[in-house]
Amino acid sequence: MTSSYLEANARERIAQMLDAGSFEEFLPPSKRIVSPHLGQLDAPVSFDDGVVVGRGALNGAKVFAAAQEGGFMGGAVGEVHGAKLVGLLKRAVQEQAEGVILLLETGGVRLHEANAGLIAVSEVMRAVLDTRAAGIPVIVLVGGSNGCFGGMGIVARCANAIIMSEEGRLAMSGPEVIETANGVEEFDSRDRALVWRTTGGKHRYLLGDCHGIVADDTAAFREAVTQTLQGFKNNPTALSLQALEAEQAMLEQRIARFGDVADPLEIWQRLGIDKPQDIAMLEAAAFMSLAEPHRVKGQA
Amino acid sequence: METLNYRFENGTRKLSAKAELVGVVSSGNLEVLIESADLQGACSIEIKTAARGFGAIWEAVIGDFNKRWQLADTRISINDMGATPAVVSLRLDQAVESVVEEK
Amino acid sequence: MSATGHVWNRRQTNRNERLARASGVLGNSLEGKLLPAARIADLLYAVIESGDRVCLEGNNQKQADFLSKALAGLDPARVHDLHMLFSVLALPEHLDVFEKGIASKLDFSFSGPQAGRLAKLASAGKLNIGAIHTYLELFGRYFVDLTPRVALVAAQAADRHGNLYTGPNTEDTPAIVEATTFSSGIVIAQVNEIVDVLPRIDIPADWVSFVTKAPTPHYIEPLFTRDPAQISEIQVLMAMMAIKGIYAEYEVQRLNHGIGFDTAAIELILPTYGASLGLRGKICKHWALNPHPALIPAIEAGFVESVHSFGSELGMEDYIRARPDIFFIGPDGSMRSNRAFSQTAGHYACDMFIGSTLQIDLQGNSSTATLGRIAGFGGAPNMGADARGRRHASPAWLKAGQQARAGKNAIPRGQKLVVQTVETFREHMQPAFVDRLDAWLLAEQANMPIPPVMIYGDDVTHILTEEGIANLLLCRTEEEREQAIRGVAGYTPVGLARDKRMVENLRDRGIIRRAEDMGIDKRLATRDLLAAKNMKDLVRASGGLYNPPKRFRNW
Repeated sequence: MTSSYLEANARERIAQMLDAGSFEEFLPPSKRIVSPHLGQLDAPVSFDDGVVVGRGALNGAKVFAAAQEGGFMGGAVGEVHGAKLVGLLKRAVQEQAEGVILLLETGGVRLHEANAGLIAVSEVMRAVLDTRAAGIPVIVLVGGSNGCFGGMGIVARCANAIIMSEEGRLAMSGPEVIETANGVEEFDSRDRALVWRTTGGKHRYLLGDCHGIVADDTAAFREAVTQTLQGFKNNPTALSLQALEAEQAMLEQRIARFGDVADPLEIWQRLGIDKPQDIAMLEAAAFMSLAEPHRVKGQA
Repeated sequence: METLNYRFENGTRKLSAKAELVGVVSSGNLEVLIESADLQGACSIEIKTAARGFGAIWEAVIGDFNKRWQLADTRISINDMGATPAVVSLRLDQAVESVVEEK
Repeated sequence: MSATGHVWNRRQTNRNERLARASGVLGNSLEGKLLPAARIADLLYAVIESGDRVCLEGNNQKQADFLSKALAGLDPARVHDLHMLFSVLALPEHLDVFEKGIASKLDFSFSGPQAGRLAKLASAGKLNIGAIHTYLELFGRYFVDLTPRVALVAAQAADRHGNLYTGPNTEDTPAIVEATTFSSGIVIAQVNEIVDVLPRIDIPADWVSFVTKAPTPHYIEPLFTRDPAQISEIQVLMAMMAIKGIYAEYEVQRLNHGIGFDTAAIELILPTYGASLGLRGKICKHWALNPHPALIPAIEAGFVESVHSFGSELGMEDYIRARPDIFFIGPDGSMRSNRAFSQTAGHYACDMFIGSTLQIDLQGNSSTATLGRIAGFGGAPNMGADARGRRHASPAWLKAGQQARAGKNAIPRGQKLVVQTVETFREHMQPAFVDRLDAWLLAEQANMPIPPVMIYGDDVTHILTEEGIANLLLCRTEEEREQAIRGVAGYTPVGLARDKRMVENLRDRGIIRRAEDMGIDKRLATRDLLAAKNMKDLVRASGGLYNPPKRFRNW
């Protein structure tokens, strides 16, 4: 089986992330809980509605995990898909899990399902915050080829921590949407280097929007998750007013510092990075040690 | 969408008693759910496909699949999004191998 | 004037008249051979006469885009009925000249991006196609009956004398310029820059009439880059069969790959699967090939000893510079390509061609022709044809020839391996195997004398699909050949209509071989076998020297 996180499908990612043989899937494909909406549109369904959820162990610790299948409808969240995520988060609280890991790869709301999809995403947001409030850390992984966009980009930022590979992307609006709305001079979505400079893992890390960068390797993601979970043992996980206020302050400073800048390369320069043009080619570990003293320190 | 059903009696090879899923419902691809089922020795295959009008080709592909494996008491369910016969046969074989091999 | 009164130097005289007109109209703007870009229209009016044969570059990769625009901007009342010669009809301006009545006749080789518009113009009577050629054929005719009167070419740089540096993308320029200059023609070059000293001289100033620095560097298309992320498991399986079933069988040392994901998969599993079979040093040493980024891992793994290229590939320049033992590098350190010589190498010096196609019929004829598009041939027919003029022997050539002639009462000769590789179904479940090629319909639609076939069944030695390999060399009758093709045509209507018993028999005789027959475990056919799975892997494999164009990046 491939060790590349990006190449693996959702089932392969979860199987490789958790202790071998420890994963028990909730609502497996054999239950055939499929989308109630797609049939009306004469569109194909998937037996798991594009998300795998269940309970397993990570180095013995009891964790709940979900992995979105980016190949099915771009990983977009429909009614059943969203309900599975919410159910997982609620059950994690009931069973007092030591952590919840969300392997996100998604364009956001599944527009085919209209309001049901929108409601689903907002329910996931609430559920993530409730799980955090119950003392359980929620960790998001972003490393698939579709990235994590739309309402689920917001969900990711509601979690305790985000770990990304540089191939992963995290944003709200997709590149094509920005170009269509604001023109190609504003954002050329076919300039893939620009797209990754703006929404990719490395820039997110430098801006303080994610907490770690790993190589495109499932074992590296697993290691990073293990360490992050360790960090939350005996530390608060709930969203606090204090944390929110600190985040607001950071955001105000950030836009004051960089609001006039047109390209991330210049942000990296202003952050004090000597050769910003070399950032793209650095491997994950080298990048993180170079970035560490300069990056914006975001809040969890 | 088009739904196709096939059933083959008197299979000889049983599978381990668990369900497995291989593949993804993405463009040019399919997912195959393979499960044990009490079918009096038969193998039943249901296909839901987004590509209409290829019944004759599915029949030939599924027929050859059955000749290859002769499965008994097996239910196979497929969600297909326009995979070519090459990909269909590949996924079917992968599905069988996932439940035939000891893990 | 000779004793009989016949004039023997009309062309020279006429050339001098044109040059005199040019210096007259350009005056002090002309410094030796150099003129400013703003005066290009004046130059063209002075040196082009209506009815001229004009060759415009029009290469596969590089385009003389500034000169193309200038030509398309002329007044058809002053210049008309030009006979255009193109290797490749790539730019809209290449067809604008016909729409505007500046040109009326056309001879070319390939028309990729303009194929649809070309078909429309042809059927509307706006242009008259002389013939569609392969590259080598067209170059050949430049020295026989299609000699250009005026050549409009693109070069990287010129010095103040008018010497040209064409560099890695030298491509067709030497063939075009030689034919034109040595028949008293006029050569005009657009360059990216004028320098005091060129890295090296590719085209001597004596052969060049005029040089102008274009406002922007000439356009180059990255045609030969394939992102490994798009290679499928099926393509990996077919690549395994190609290597084990053909490359190893015939010990193929010298080859050409037609561009495509199928061949990219082969290039990428040489260092893994090929090495695991002990084939390093035994196959794939010498290539007539553009610098495919997908070949980088095989080069680094020590499979490849030499590559001669038709043109260059954007992003590969630094990598090529760092591998002078492999590529054809000048004393200045940069590559020189040469389409005419690479084509010759592919035709005569290679033992195998392998490439993909769109349709194959029951005799093995293959074509990429589709209705409503006149795409032409490019170079594939030269690569994908037996070289009947060849005389030198090699193990692969002798073995193929023996297989073709065993049991026949014929004098021994060798044969080139010509392999067509194709998945039985293309996108949208279009079968690749058909009873009748679309080429027949296109011929009717576009008034062609014969259907445009890319590779003739007579020349095809093997057909490779996900179902296995059909060895046509071993077939002895038309019927065997047809059933061998049906036997690898899978579930297409052509495949389903096979004579099952005959196909079984062909398999017993080794004429059809399935993956199992070759000892290939299909379960190993995964993307894990690719030495590079994505563009970044290729960059890593090159030690950071390969710099992919932006459209291929995801970082």
